[in-house]
Amino acid sequence: MSLKVGIPRALLYYYYFPQWAAFFNHLGVQVVVSRETTRGLLEKGLRSTVDEACLPVKLAVGHVLDLRDRVDYIFLPRLVSMARREYICPKFLGFPDMVRNTIDGIGPLIDCNLDLYRKNSSQYDFFYAVGKMFTRNPVKIRRAYHASLEALRRHCLAMESGALAGETAPETTPAHQNRTGEARAGDVNVAVIGHPYNLYDRFISMNLIKRLKENGANVLTAEQLPEQMARREAQRLPKKLFWTLNQRMIGAAYHYFERPDVHGVIHVASFGCGPDSMTGELIERYARKWSRKPLLILTLDEHTGEAGMVTRLEAFLDMVRWRRNLADAAAATTTKIIAKKAEETTGAPDTSTGVFAAK
Amino acid sequence: MIVKVTYPHMGYMWICVKAMLEYLGVDVVLPPPSSKKTLSFGVKHAPEFACMPLKLNLGNFMEAAELGADTIVMAGGCGPCRFGYYAQVEHAILEDLGYKYQLVVLEPPEKHIGELLGKIRHITGNRSWRQVIRGVRFGYHKAQAVDELEKMAYYMRPREITAGETDLALNRALKEIIAVKAPEELPAAREKAAQIMRAVPLDRQRKVVRVGLVGEIYTLLDPFANQDIERKLGRMGVEVDRSIHLSEWINDHLFLGLAKNMRSSKLAKQKALAYLGHFVGGHGMETVGNTVLYAEQGFDGVIQLLPFTCMPEIVAQSILPKVSADLGIPTMTLIVDEQSGDAGVVTRLEAFVDLLMRKKEIREGSVKCTVI
Ligand code: SF4
Ligand code: SF4
Repeated sequence: MSLKVGIPRALLYYYYFPQWAAFFNHLGVQVVVSRETTRGLLEKGLRSTVDEACLPVKLAVGHVLDLRDRVDYIFLPRLVSMARREYICPKFLGFPDMVRNTIDGIGPLIDCNLDLYRKNSSQYDFFYAVGKMFTRNPVKIRRAYHASLEALRRHCLAMESGALAGETAPETTPAHQNRTGEARAGDVNVAVIGHPYNLYDRFISMNLIKRLKENGANVLTAEQLPEQMARREAQRLPKKLFWTLNQRMIGAAYHYFERPDVHGVIHVASFGCGPDSMTGELIERYARKWSRKPLLILTLDEHTGEAGMVTRLEAFLDMVRWRRNLADAAAATTTKIIAKKAEETTGAPDTSTGVFAAK
Repeated sequence: MIVKVTYPHMGYMWICVKAMLEYLGVDVVLPPPSSKKTLSFGVKHAPEFACMPLKLNLGNFMEAAELGADTIVMAGGCGPCRFGYYAQVEHAILEDLGYKYQLVVLEPPEKHIGELLGKIRHITGNRSWRQVIRGVRFGYHKAQAVDELEKMAYYMRPREITAGETDLALNRALKEIIAVKAPEELPAAREKAAQIMRAVPLDRQRKVVRVGLVGEIYTLLDPFANQDIERKLGRMGVEVDRSIHLSEWINDHLFLGLAKNMRSSKLAKQKALAYLGHFVGGHGMETVGNTVLYAEQGFDGVIQLLPFTCMPEIVAQSILPKVSADLGIPTMTLIVDEQSGDAGVVTRLEAFVDLLMRKKEIREGSVKCTVI
């Protein structure tokens, strides 16, 4: 009987699951993924974490608990750094220890460090350390490693062509699959910017992406931009941002604000998230200064109600359409004055939990 | 052009930085001490979920601008915690508000030491490097002097005969240190300050409990941010020990531990490893490690201080209950934000201190557990 490794459906599962799964499969290790998020699963996480932790961390603990007793190992790599001179977040650095010290009898964790902070560091060291736990054959590890890279490459391509992270099946998604036909069915284009574990967890995001599509919006995400492009856009910042995910988010936000075919932007943040508090602020200020596109800021926490979100989303989409029509009209008649007048009557932003940071 | 330099407050840090800059002939405009008003400026204009030090920094800068400051000097950082991006976000906010500040960020010299030196030159004008080094040393020695006085106060507060006398003496003693303009005069001033402190009558027999303070550096060092926790505890009969002092921090980070026989964060980090296998930014590892150390040194309890949403400390906070259970040392976490009320904090501290006192009495046998 082969060994079972559990992978929590949380945190960077959404970027790396296909890679991890391919690696383990090639080693003959069975992969078990925690169940999709439910209220009950989240509640378990909430009970086992300190109140102050952010929602994604609480949820991740819920997923870890979901795997307990079902697997031989839980895969909880310490994701120190995914790119040179960058980190993800202090909580990613400490996550395996938070789990180990709060959950009694959690069983063995695979918590090797994945650390690409320094020049010349390689992912291989990490995969080798993990592989060694399952085989003594270095050739086998190397093969599994190469297969994992290939799976990651396909996954990235699939995401760039519009597949949602978490929904690309490992090793089966054709890399060239073109989804743009489907993606352009709506009448407005909305960019949704946020951590992958917020956007792609349907329970946590309250089906945000699906809802937008149902309401006639085409959804664009940061993951659809090639990494280099997001990085280049982020270079507008006065200083390089040392959080990989947030760098991608802010780069994508800049990009979409400037792209003429994008009509509005939604920023999804976690309540109490450190990096989001900083880049969210920069994005909001940028929008206010340089763009007329509506910006909706959604802050997710365990109490966020679905009803409230739906109302705000509808109001936002109304605004997006109205603004787009205005822009079209203005372009047609070239009377810019109208747009200006309308702008003054749009009303003051509501800064309590989320704002339309439109002027 | 003469620049008027300001920098954010963090406890008594201003004394040390002011000494250094003025020694080098820099015009310093100190922000008014952090107050409710400072915080309210920060709360109004900073991101809602920014950690509190950012909000106070911002308020400091806004208040300093009114006094004529035109240049901000701040430290930078390369993550993973937010401090490394404070300056940029604060500057963006100030710019939008119409402030015309010039920003000088002293980034840790990982790549180009030349850049850092160039920036120091920019602020200090054409001083020789020897003078710059002397200035830094002067500032460092002032930090040491202040730390020494604070440590004396920790011992004295719970033992003073007349309530409040320690703090009166501390203020007078600090004035002696602040007034010193030349490095040669510092030793005499330190002696005088120490005498002022020693003159306070104490009851050395009094029973006190000892509590270690750990946590995020700004909240630890800044009495406004931590609601004056050291004085509050002192009045409740607690001798505190703070795990981070400014001079130790300078020695660790700027002098790379050159001054020996000084407490260093290295030991704390080693002690943390059993619970936390990797650094997490800020002082998360130190928080865990120092809690272990305090337990080993027989302290009665540990209090962790952090601002709401502080990432490294949330990691540490998740781990402390395990440390506490393993080593049998009671711990308490105090989270500060702009809403923390004074009364609530006092009640919680009193309850904690009460618990520690009772534990201690039972341990020392002064309360007999009579079994009938
Ligand atoms: S980046 Fe934000 S949401 Fe993600 S773990 Fe860190 S604090 Fe939590
Ligand atoms: S240590 Fe905590 S409070 Fe300080 S900057 Fe980092 S996150 Fe903010």
